[in-house]
Amino acid sequence: MIIAERKPLAEIVDMVKGHDKILVLACRGCVTVCSAGGEREAAILASLIRLGLQKIGSSAEVIEGSLVRQCDKEYIDAIDRWQGQYDAILSTACGVGVNFIANLRPGDNVYPALNTTFFGGSAQQGIWSEQCAGCGDCVLHLTGGLCPVARCAKSLMNGPCGGSVDGRCEIDREVDCVWQLIYDRMGRLNRREELQTSVPIRDWSSAGHGGPRKQVRKDLTV
Amino acid sequence: MSFTPDIRLFSCHYTSQQSCADQGAELRKLGFPENIRLNRVSCTGKLQVTTLLKAFEEGADAVYVVGCPVDACHNVKGSLRAAKRVEAVRQALGELGVEPERVAMYHLPRGLHPEFIDAGREMNERIGKLGPGPFRLNRQTESTLMGA
Ligand code: SF4
Ligand code: SF4
Repeated sequence: MIIAERKPLAEIVDMVKGHDKILVLACRGCVTVCSAGGEREAAILASLIRLGLQKIGSSAEVIEGSLVRQCDKEYIDAIDRWQGQYDAILSTACGVGVNFIANLRPGDNVYPALNTTFFGGSAQQGIWSEQCAGCGDCVLHLTGGLCPVARCAKSLMNGPCGGSVDGRCEIDREVDCVWQLIYDRMGRLNRREELQTSVPIRDWSSAGHGGPRKQVRKDLTV
Repeated sequence: MSFTPDIRLFSCHYTSQQSCADQGAELRKLGFPENIRLNRVSCTGKLQVTTLLKAFEEGADAVYVVGCPVDACHNVKGSLRAAKRVEAVRQALGELGVEPERVAMYHLPRGLHPEFIDAGREMNERIGKLGPGPFRLNRQTESTLMGA
């Protein structure tokens, strides 16, 4: 899922302070699961914005709402139900949600409440880690299921580099060297010889280096 | 400037048993500050961040929570959860440029103990020194002393 975290409150208050009626709009998708922008977090944020505005001698009517997702047109259209009750939307969805509101609501002011950080998962309550970078040309079949694009600091395709020490990455001794993990895992799976094959130089155009990406499924378009 | 702080206390049944004795007379007799509004909850682990923030929205100068000792909570992890939520509010106040000491967590033994009174006095003294909080404008007048 997409992982995100709340922006610093001072930054949020500064964004919305010129508005009289603010709709804090939660997303019940990924950001609910990672406890950054679901209904509970939106309620907390609405309260904090009221307090923050009061602190700087300002005020606004702050209401809360939520959508099933903010990355689908049908749900974005449902924002109509708050028509007249806001002059700015503070979205607690990921950046996709904010973009969708901006794309589909030409007359609405929309602001991001979160910093969208990565695609990841949670192996331990309260801790999330990056696992995939959405590169568009998955190589997990070559690496025992562990991603060198997202989890190697240099996104090496033929790792590890010379900075790998005792299974840790040279950028930070707390960070696992994913190539060490790949090597160990391929050994456990009796597939280590597959790592002898050099992976050719990659075409990164699928990874966003060729501009914004788009996917069309003809079987699904009507 | 001298002022009477508006302090809200959220406490679990177990740590605030004093408040039951003689409908609070016991508390007063022991010198518990009268300006602290006590809200008893079944377990502090039930408290939401929004509950604490709402007290500030209502104009409180400070909010504090009293729950069981971390390793001896009646509901195992209730007071630990409460402490985490208090910490979240502390951080948020800091981000808003408000003194984080306006919110606090105390872990106290269950039953009638002088520490409960001491915690109230400590908060009262601390907030008395800090002065009025920035959220007093919205002050509501109704009193829910001994409520909830
Ligand atoms: S808008 Fe973002 S956070 Fe919400 S469901 Fe879609 S991808 Fe997930
Ligand atoms: S190789 Fe690309 S698609 Fe596959 S997990 Fe890594 S970043 Fe994601």
